Amino acid sequence: MTTFFLLSSLYLAFLMILSLYRGVFGPTVADRMIGVNAIGSKTTVLLILIGFNYHRVEMFVDIALAYAMLNFIAVLAASRYFQKRKGLYDEA
Amino acid sequence: MDVIVILLLLAGLFFFTGGAIGILRFPDFYSRLHPAGKLDTMGLLLSMTALALFGLHHLSLGTLLTSIKILLIVVFVFLASPTATHAIVDAGVRAGLEPWVKGEERR
Repeated sequence: MTTFFLLSSLYLAFLMILSLYRGVFGPTVADRMIGVNAIGSKTTVLLILIGFNYHRVEMFVDIALAYAMLNFIAVLAASRYFQKRKGLYDEA
Repeated sequence: MDVIVILLLLAGLFFFTGGAIGILRFPDFYSRLHPAGKLDTMGLLLSMTALALFGLHHLSLGTLLTSIKILLIVVFVFLASPTATHAIVDAGVRAGLEPWVKGEERR
């Protein structure tokens, strides 16, 4: 079971790299926000998997909860900030 | 029990795969929000359910509390993820991003 969890974690990391492409090369700022949001929700699962691998779930579950909240607040703040500025296209 | 955990986790990873591929391949910003908002929520629900079940192997008060906390993360993400998606759409609309129509170049 530990091997399966380890392989799942590696696969999730691979998916995060795929989403990171949208975060780095996204044509607009909003595309980058989508990529970062997707990476954050995958990280929540990844943290719990790491916790099971290290046999310290009771610690990692709190970190995952805090990370989910942090991701949500970061995306909300970024979208509130960028809607005040005109011209998401030309990425000043 | 292990079979259920493995099946649920594989289903969750399948949904995450769909989300990642959708984010890469959809033609514009508004359509990309569809896989980002929906499939991630579904994958998180399935994989978190699997991990909460696996945590209940040795049933005691501590593992029960951990599993309840894992399910609380799911509840929080179910509230937060649509809100974040809506906020991103709102930012895009107010900044004047044009939706993609058929025949245009993919961007």
